[in-house]
Order: sequence, then C-alpha cells, then structure tokens
Amino acid sequence: MSAITRDEVVHLARLSRLALGDDELDHLAAQLDQIISAVARVQEVAAEDIPPTSHALPLTNVYRPDEVRPSLTPEQALAGAPAAEDQRFRVPRILDEEA
Amino acid sequence: MSTPTVMKFDEALAKFEPVLGIETHIELGTASKMFCGCATGFGAEPNTQVCPVCLGLPGSLPVTNHAAIEGIIKIGLALNCEIVEWCRFARKNYFYPDMPKNYQISQYDEPLCVDGHLEVEVEGETYRIEIERVHMEEDTGKSLHVGGATGRIQGALHSLVDYNRAGIPLVEIVTKPITATEDKAPLVARAYATELRELVRSLGVSDVRMEQGSMRCDVNVSLMPRGASEWGTRTETKNVNSLRSVERAVRSEIERQAAVLDAGGTIVQETRHFHEDSGTTTSGRSKEEAQDYRYFPEPDLVPMAPSRAWVEELRATLPELPAARRRRVQGEWGLSDLELRDVVNAGAVDLIEDTVKAGADAATARKWWMNELSRRATEQGVELAELAITPAQVARIQAMVDAGELNDKLARQVFEGVLAGEGAPDEVVAARGLKVVSDEGALSAIIDQVIADNAAVADKVRSGKVAAAGALVGAVMKASRGQADAGRARELILEKLGAS
Amino acid sequence: MSELVKKTAAELGSLIASGETSAAEVARAHLDRVAAVDGDVRAFLHVDGETVLAQARKVDERRAAGEELGPLAGVPIAHKDVFTTTDMPTTAGSRILEGWRPPYDATITARLRKAGLVILGKTNMDEFAMGSSTENSAYHPTHNPWDLSRIPGGSSGGSSAAVAAYEAPLATGTDTGGSIRQPAAVTGIVGAKPTYGGSTRYGIIAFASSLDTPGPFARNVLDAALLHEAFSGHDPMDSTSIDKPVPPVVEAARRADVAGLRVGVVKEFAGDGYQPGVTARFNEAVELLESLGAKVVEVSCPNFSYALPAYYLIAPSECSSNLARFDAMRFGLRVGDDGGRSAEEVMALTRAEGFGPEVKRRIMLGTYALSSGYYDAYYGKAQQVRTLIARDFDAAFGQVDVLVSPTTPTTAFPIGERADDPMAMYLADLCTIPANLAGNAAISVPCGLADEDGLPVGLQIMAPVLGDDRVYRVGAAVERALEDRWGGPLLGKAPELAEAAK
Repeated sequence: MSAITRDEVVHLARLSRLALGDDELDHLAAQLDQIISAVARVQEVAAEDIPPTSHALPLTNVYRPDEVRPSLTPEQALAGAPAAEDQRFRVPRILDEEA
Repeated sequence: MSTPTVMKFDEALAKFEPVLGIETHIELGTASKMFCGCATGFGAEPNTQVCPVCLGLPGSLPVTNHAAIEGIIKIGLALNCEIVEWCRFARKNYFYPDMPKNYQISQYDEPLCVDGHLEVEVEGETYRIEIERVHMEEDTGKSLHVGGATGRIQGALHSLVDYNRAGIPLVEIVTKPITATEDKAPLVARAYATELRELVRSLGVSDVRMEQGSMRCDVNVSLMPRGASEWGTRTETKNVNSLRSVERAVRSEIERQAAVLDAGGTIVQETRHFHEDSGTTTSGRSKEEAQDYRYFPEPDLVPMAPSRAWVEELRATLPELPAARRRRVQGEWGLSDLELRDVVNAGAVDLIEDTVKAGADAATARKWWMNELSRRATEQGVELAELAITPAQVARIQAMVDAGELNDKLARQVFEGVLAGEGAPDEVVAARGLKVVSDEGALSAIIDQVIADNAAVADKVRSGKVAAAGALVGAVMKASRGQADAGRARELILEKLGAS
Repeated sequence: MSELVKKTAAELGSLIASGETSAAEVARAHLDRVAAVDGDVRAFLHVDGETVLAQARKVDERRAAGEELGPLAGVPIAHKDVFTTTDMPTTAGSRILEGWRPPYDATITARLRKAGLVILGKTNMDEFAMGSSTENSAYHPTHNPWDLSRIPGGSSGGSSAAVAAYEAPLATGTDTGGSIRQPAAVTGIVGAKPTYGGSTRYGIIAFASSLDTPGPFARNVLDAALLHEAFSGHDPMDSTSIDKPVPPVVEAARRADVAGLRVGVVKEFAGDGYQPGVTARFNEAVELLESLGAKVVEVSCPNFSYALPAYYLIAPSECSSNLARFDAMRFGLRVGDDGGRSAEEVMALTRAEGFGPEVKRRIMLGTYALSSGYYDAYYGKAQQVRTLIARDFDAAFGQVDVLVSPTTPTTAFPIGERADDPMAMYLADLCTIPANLAGNAAISVPCGLADEDGLPVGLQIMAPVLGDDRVYRVGAAVERALEDRWGGPLLGKAPELAEAAK
C-alpha cells in the first residue's frame, strides 16, 4: 500500500504553491512514497512520556530592548523587487482577502 | 449571487438563540516592531519603516521585543488571565502577498495568557465575558488594490504593497463562546469591545484607535434553534472597525442567518466581510477550502518563561482599571447609575476627573462636559476628547464663574472662543471683552432705565408681585448684552422698588 | 603555482603581519590559483578580482595605519553562497535567487571583514544547502580535487573543494545534517560543526533553523580553530545564539593531546553500508588514539539509528516554512506575470521553475509532515526522537569525554551516481546527523585514504554542547600523529591539478 496517494501529492503541491506538471507529480509521488515509508520508522520508537524537542538548546527568555534602529532606505528595500511602483512593491492581482 | 433576505431581529430572536465569539486584534504602541528595530509610527511614507527582518529577506531572524511582552502580560493581567509559566511562538503558515515570510509568527496551542474574564454592563445588567486566550503575534503589510473599483480587491489589476505595518506587535484576545445574551447580543458585543478598548487604553500599551486599525474585531456568530442543544455553524465576520459596526455586524448576521435557517438552508462556515456603508456582511472565502496552517514551534525564537516575580512586578504597575474607577467616581461624584452610564458612554470619565483635579467641583465639571461640550462635539462630529479644549481650561472657566467674573452665558461664549482657537480662556475673555458688569453705578443706571421703560411691570413689583421682577431682570440682561450679574441685578431692582 | 597558496592560514597571517608579504600579494596568488584550476574544480559561483584586491588593499592600509589586526588579517577565505554579502550576489545555489544583491551582510560576513579576512568569492553549494554532493546546485556541479569525476561532498562542496584545491586556505560552510563534516571528509580536509548557537545564523539563508550551524573549513585543525574563533560568539540578532564565551578552541588545537581522555566508539555506526576502506582507516584512528594515551571504550547510542528518519522529517518541515518567502513578491525570480495571472498563480509558477527537484521534494515532504492529521505521526514523533537522541548523548558523555565514528560511510562517490536516488544520497549523513539534532560540537579530520579507491576518509569527533575545545584538541592530536606518520598533510598525497594557462 502506498504511504501517500497521488491526490495527496496534488494537494501538497497546491499547499506548497508549486505549479507542477503531471510528469513531475508522478515522479515526485513515487519518490515521496518511498521517503515517507522510510521516515515512518520514527513511529517505531516507543515514545510514551517522551517530551518533544523543538530547539537544540534549552534557552529561554531572549529579548531585545524596545529601541528603534535604522531601517533600510526605500531604495534599498525595493532594490531587489521584481516590480515596484509608487515606492511600493508591485504584485499581481490578489484573488481574495486572507480567510 | 442573490441578495440574502433577512428576518426581522425580534422574530429571529423568537426562533433562535445567538451565540457569539469575538476575536480582537490590538496593535501595541511600542517604539519598535515586534521582532526588529524598525519604527512603528502610523502614517509614514510607504516602505520607510522596513528592514531585512520585517521584509522577510532571506537570512534575517526575529528577536522578541521585551516591551511587547510586558504589554501583553499587562493586558492578560487586566483581563484576569493566568500568565503561563512557559510557552512558545509558533509559525502559522499560509501564502499571502502582504505577509513577508508567508508565515506569521504567532502562538498556537501555547498562548501566553489564558482563562480570563471581563465584565460588561448593558442596560443595568452585568455580563461576564470569559476570555479563552490572549496571545502575541505580528501584523501584516498593507495592500493597495489598483485598477478595480474604489480600491476593492475584486476586479483589481494589480496591488501595491507597503510593509511598514508588517511586524508591528499584535495582541489577539479571544473570548469563549458568549451565550445567553438573547436580544442584547449586539449590545453585549459592542459593550465588550468598548470595555476592552477602555481597559487597554487605561494600561497605556496601545492607542486602540479602531479608525486607524490599531484595534480590529472579528465577530463570530451562530444561531441555535430554540429548544436545540447544539450550537449552529458559525460565521466569522472580519473587518469590523468601529464600535457601532460591532453591534451592527452582530445584528445583521443574526438577521441573515435566521432567514437562511428559517428557509431550510444551512449556514456555511466561512469568513464574511462587513461593509460600513450598508451595515451588512458578504461572503468571503469558504473555510471548507481548508486552510491548513501547519503550525509548528518557531525554531528561530526560544521559549518564553516569564518569571513569577516579573509577572507580579507588572501586576503592581497596573493602573486603576476602568471598572474600579467607575465605581469610585460614581461614589465620589454622587452619580446615579444612569448618570454614570451617560458619562461613560460619552467617554467623559477622564475628562471630568482631570477637570476636577484642575480645581473644579465634580458637578459643574460634569455639567460642562456632558451638556455644553457634548453638544459641540456632536455638532463637530468628533469624540469629546478630541475637542480643542483641555480639562484645565474647563476648570479655569468655571473658576471665573465661581469668582463672579463670568456668568454661565458668558462662560459659553468663552467655550466657543477656546474651541474656535482664539486662545486660552483668559485670552478669550480679554479679547472679547467678556466681563460681568459688576460696576454698581453702571448697573444701577441700566436698572433705572429699565424701570422707566417698563413702568407697568415695575408697579406690579411695587405692589408685592415679586415674581414679576424676573421680566425686569431679563430686560437688564438684554440691555447689558448678558454681561450683568443677574443675581445682583435682581437684588438692586427689588431694593429700588421697595420690595426687598 | 605560487608557494603562498600552499601555506596555512596561520602562516599567511604571520607573513602578512611581519610585512614579509602583503594581503594584496596573497590575494593575487589565490586569484591566480582560482583562475588556473577553478575551470575544472568549479568551486566558485562568483569571484570578482577587483572586489577581492580592494579588500586586500584595505587590510594593508589598516595595518599601515597602525590598526591592531587579528591573526587572520589579510588571509583569503572562500565564503559559502548561503551567507548574505552586500558586495557580491547571494544565491544559495538557487535559480530563484539568481543575481540577488542583499542589502545587508550576514553577521559572520561582517565579522570576517572586521577580522580583516579577504573574501575571495562565493562558493557553490547544493541548492538551499539541501544535498550531500553539490550536484543540487542550480548552476553547475563542483568536482572533487582528488578525482574530478567525483563529488566534493555537500552541501558545502564548493567550500571544501576550494580549500582542498588550494584556491583558499579557509572557507565557511553551514552544517545542517553534516554539510561541513561530510564534504571535509571526502576532500581530505578539516571541517567543524560548532555547538548550535555558538556561531550566529543571522544572514544565513535558512534551510532548517533548529539545525543550521555555520562553521569553518581549513587544511589543518589550528587554522579551523582560528577561523572558528574569529567568527563565533554571541550575536544579539540571533535569538538562539549562546550568550557565553567561545570555548577556547585555538588553545585546544595547540595543546593537541589526548592523554587520559576517555574516547567512546559509537557502536551503531559500523557494519553494513560502511565501505571497508573507511572502516579500516577508522579502526586505525581509534588504535592511534589509544596509543596516544586515550582510554577507548565502546558506547551504545541505541536511538541513533532513528536519527536519519527523524532528520528527514524535521529538516524538510522547517524548510517548507523557511522557503515559503521565496514567492516572487519582494525579491528574486518572478515567472509568468503577464498582467492576467493572479499573485497566487505567479507564486506557484515561479516556485516550480525557480526551485530544483530536491528542494521541491523536501518542501512537499515537510508540508506533508506538518499537515493536520499527520503532524503527530511524523513531525511530532521526530521531535520525540530528537529528545531520545539528546538523552543518548547525555548518557554517553556521562561515560566518555568524546565520541568518535567515521564521518560518512563511504568515500566520495562518482558524480551522477546517487543524483536521482534520494534515499541513497541521504545515507551520506548517517553519522553526522545526531550531532545536529542534539546541537553538539563535532569535527571531521582526515584519517587516511581508503585502500580500494585511494580517496580520503574522515574521522568524526563529537563532544557535548559547548565542548568545542575538546573536538579541536582530539582532532589536533590525531592530525599531529598522522602527519608524523605520513610525513605531512594527507592533502599532500592528492594528485596535482592541471593548471590552465593564463
């Protein structure tokens, strides 16, 4: 049985904002299936009562003081922009408000 | 799409019980942004308050603003929340052009503040709103939609994005479901937003200006048929940016949902947008399209573990909160519940209290703010606090009245002058020549003339009809263009007519 | 070839300091070497001679003006293209960032400049540091100077190749699952992964934030320690940066003794899948340590066998989020913006065209692992494995001072061999991943050539968090003993590269 269906791969591509062609989806589906089957080994570990680790080191409470530092100039900020207009980043039309 | 029909509010309430939930976003007024040192001022030129961090440039990393965490803890404490001992930021992943990293640094299952409450009053009844959580996150940039109608997103050809707002600290306050409000639901929602705004403003951590977007409400509404035990499907109305709109959005959603349900339809779980102009909501993106935010702990930020000592230190800095303050001023100023409510609704508590601090007595301070100045604020279409007069100036004008230098009528002229920008009260008095005529000689001469001009009335007074003297006093005031001291004029008239 | 390019960084530093040569002269010698061999090696993505000479002259001026400069002032360095640089493009080996000029320097870039190092150019890498061969670069593969048909390791393969080919005495790298140690091992040089948080990530284009660790490459342990010291230390711009003194790595590299030290051999990192030549050189290195006075014991770390699957869940999950910002809106490539398409469509087209296959694979895998419904079974479990691995390390370091293993199970494999077999490629990181998951310090030092192919083998030395000095101390001791045996550095046995005519 496959670990992941092709439909799921299509869904993941949409979630990941990757416009993939059919061939690429087929190829990826097979590879992801193989990889997911392999990494699923983590589920063998008896992990009752084992706390998860999200950070390599147990640091806490790292803050900076509320001080203003120099910003970029608008020219610097926009220098790498694919398109700019009126000192703003110009982007293609946006389909909908974020839900 | 056909215009959804609505059911009359009373009818809707007869058939359904509303359940509310309110999510409020408040921008904190820190000097710098949440995770970088960029300034936060409102209204700056586009993309002048941005850096690699808040633009989400490759390689940049966030560092948490200490003052923002202080701010949210203060809000949590003021809302009677528990401040957790350990929590993390999480990434909320979704693609959107105004969000530089395409994830928002937020908090997911480990909010900083949990389980609070806020009491609000509606028409003499107290409602306890339970607070589920208060968490810290960052704001997004702002898009300008070009090429469509009136700047709307629909039909726009492209958009222009300004990231000045991206990364401004945002506190999200989420209520638990608010039930049993019945036909007061819209008012309770509004009262909650009002009270929350007052509370946060009193803490000094945000300017909470809904018109500038530093406080924004999302309103969840669902309806449950009478007799049912399960809540209905809810909608989330976004973009509710005034207190009045909070009330209207709840009312409009109740009316709309009731009509849909009554016609045998079902409510779609979705985001709706509120329109100030029509007071109604329209459908946004359906939630069924499955936003899968793929939250996970933010690896670039370390966990927060606010020490109990720090929390207590912050608790000790909390000012008197609005509810306690209202109870206190009600006692001190001797107000009835109704009078207190009027003062609160007018946003006059601070103003009156500051006027009293500046030397006026409470009754006259309240009188000026609630009558004369409220009227003028309404005329100008502004909030009371936005009038161009300070509590100290109000106190000064009243002091002149108390000293007999002005009467109420002249005082109103002084208010008018101050509000018109003619200067401080004393300058207005001097420039307009507004002084009570207290020169006995001048007053006496006016009175003699008035008695001569009104012989018939004078005779009535002489014959003992003292009440008739009022007409003579009025004539004296008219003749003196309001500058006479009415009390003194009355005494002199009665004296001259042997009726004293 | 100028004799200058064979010098160590420490030697160059003192030659420049004493005025026997200048930074400009050293820079020119290295630029010549790059011109001569990089056509074959292809270690660099960007070299601009003018910028290099300007930096070198500035160092010479600073020195002339009496400024007190560090031991590496004037020494050239190859800089991995994952660090932002204001005066050179920064692409992370990806098409999506082609030509991008960052408006800011990474903290490490700034520290290199401050220490007077001369940045020769930006080195090739697997796209976004995802890979073990540098074949995943969007631009071109890099070739192993020992055998140009083989991979130089990855993801920091441009850096390892540059150092091994005498194009630079020093290089920077980043190590997320072994991306410094494995390339160092397969090119016969030294590469260290500092303690996570010991060296700052600010300005490093993120792959997996909780694992990424910048570190040094050099041809000997002391040089690596000097570079480590030059760019490490607390950075207020990185919340995960450790606010403590840098462990005394230079002193440890000079000390280079292991007498009385307890060394643990990781039992799990041997057997099937390990090339015999790798196993043989590793075993000899262990015997060598014993002969130098170390106490060697075998140590079991039972959960290390789960490190690889856990890593291939955690790293892709973080990368799926970290790489979301490459969306064609604010910087980088934009594809398909014909005025009609929506932002959403342009994002998806750009990402499909701008990212290579391995990056897409990992984004998809990470998106999957974080999805609602799968989170607990995959990402959640992997995080628990992470805890278990840290506990294995804790238990081991209760018994021994350092752990040793082969750095990678095989020597450099031929270019193309594993290119479309991700699972085979992932095995290259088998032994290096545990230290990333736990945040430990680790190093790879050359320990000989495999008999069957004559290619370099690396010895990995691991120490606890903030025990960086220990790995340098042990590494330097092994290096000294082996160089005595070999009569010089292992790299001396590498074939001479043909120099292209000027």
